[in-house]
Amino acid sequence: MYTNQTVIFKNKPVIIGSYSIVGPKEGKGNFGPYFNYVMKDDTFGEKSYEKAEMKMEKTAIVGAIEDAKIKASDVNLLLAGDLLNQIISSSYAARDFDFAFLGLFGACSTMAESMAVAASIIDGREFDTIVCSTGSHFSTAERQFRFPLELGNQRPPTSQWTVTGAGACVISSQGKGPRITMATFGKVIDYGVNDVNDMGAAMAPAAMDTMLAHFRDTKTTPDDYDLIVTGDLGKLGSEILIDLMEDQGIKLGLNYNDCGQMYYTRNQNTLSGGSGCGCSATVLNSYIIKKLRTGEYKRVLFMPTGALMSTTATQQGETIPGVCHAIVLECDDSVKDVKTSTTSNRNVQNKPKKTERQSISKSNEDKLKSKV
Amino acid sequence: MDKYMDAKKRNEAYNKYVKAKIPKTKAWPSLFNSFLVGGIICCIGQGINDLILLWFPNMAEQTAWAYTLIVLIFIASFLTGIGVYDKIGKFAGGGSIVPITGFSNSITSPALEFKHEGIIYGICVKMFTVAGPVIVSGVVASFIVGVIYLFI
Repeated sequence: MYTNQTVIFKNKPVIIGSYSIVGPKEGKGNFGPYFNYVMKDDTFGEKSYEKAEMKMEKTAIVGAIEDAKIKASDVNLLLAGDLLNQIISSSYAARDFDFAFLGLFGACSTMAESMAVAASIIDGREFDTIVCSTGSHFSTAERQFRFPLELGNQRPPTSQWTVTGAGACVISSQGKGPRITMATFGKVIDYGVNDVNDMGAAMAPAAMDTMLAHFRDTKTTPDDYDLIVTGDLGKLGSEILIDLMEDQGIKLGLNYNDCGQMYYTRNQNTLSGGSGCGCSATVLNSYIIKKLRTGEYKRVLFMPTGALMSTTATQQGETIPGVCHAIVLECDDSVKDVKTSTTSNRNVQNKPKKTERQSISKSNEDKLKSKV
Repeated sequence: MDKYMDAKKRNEAYNKYVKAKIPKTKAWPSLFNSFLVGGIICCIGQGINDLILLWFPNMAEQTAWAYTLIVLIFIASFLTGIGVYDKIGKFAGGGSIVPITGFSNSITSPALEFKHEGIIYGICVKMFTVAGPVIVSGVVASFIVGVIYLFI
């Protein structure tokens, strides 16, 4: 009845570099101190917002490659996508780089989609280094999906604020950093929501479906993760997801949260929270990866959701389908060991024995190898 | 077929659940804000009309109305351009949409938004994206009224 949707990586690709860039409003939000760069002005010195979005993505890609301490010529492939028609921000950013480009569209789930695809390619030992990137801009998204910026209309309480920001990361087969251990690819789920101002409700069923598939395929439970984080369900959407999961018999505890819900402070007047590709991308490439590098988080389930709608389809009376892709990020083994040895002082006496055992088994392996 | 019916039932139940979950906007404060701002705009309009009649005593009252509207439209356009009108709109809701200033805002804001696509394809084409339906319904309504007037 059920087909497997999860890939468990044998070689565990590593995130060796990451970069995040955000607009001024986002810089004042809850994740402000974690971002690599906060723009002073949301046009980023460009003539139009679309051009600013392209420049943001370009900056993020360059920044991630620099952070990984590799040369641009080492990169095999760029996987990127965004919200605009014909994913122009990504493809126009890609024209300035000298590596292959694959454009992806997963709406706001693009970050996880690109990372899952990149990890699968690297795990198959086909390519060695892949850059994943995505971004969004409040003003371009408003223009494409909603009303002109200066129009004096009111937003309903369920509406969300598209994050101005871009994030990129470099994934490689070797190196130091958080590892991608599993990826669950999601199905397109439509529960018949047609309110374009209520994306959270449209996407929550997709998040539920992918989450159930992930727990089923990997035989894990919510307690196995330090953090389970959805992308941009917002305040309302994440409450709906908690309810939906409870109906399925899985209780999401305090380790569950939503990037969009956490993004802005209460005074920033963003109603249901942040949204857009940039929402989950910037949080992952700043806050989450930094915490994974220090070992504060050991295992994170990152599962951004995307609403696969277009204004044409909704105007023709179509409902809004959603999709959600999940990836599991684990901190590097070296960090894991450091943390456990510092936190569990009582077991210090037992520790040398373990290493002895390991060294014995290792020497055995060497013997075996020499015999072969 | 059963599966389709199941999905339909599931969707109906889900939409019902979501509807109950959505936080309601408080009607009375919103109504009060609209009434306040809408009223202020009308008072300003009346003030302009009175001033025009004071300065040009020989002007016909109907002409004065037209000038009043032009001044109001200009003020709203100007406020849209400097980025104030959308803030008023956020507070007032219908109060700043229903008067003619709202109409002015709905034409100026797309013109500003699409100026990067050029004068013809940007400003001229997109100018009426928001206000278009209002103009069309106005023209259709006046046509119907005209036809009725012809036969009575």
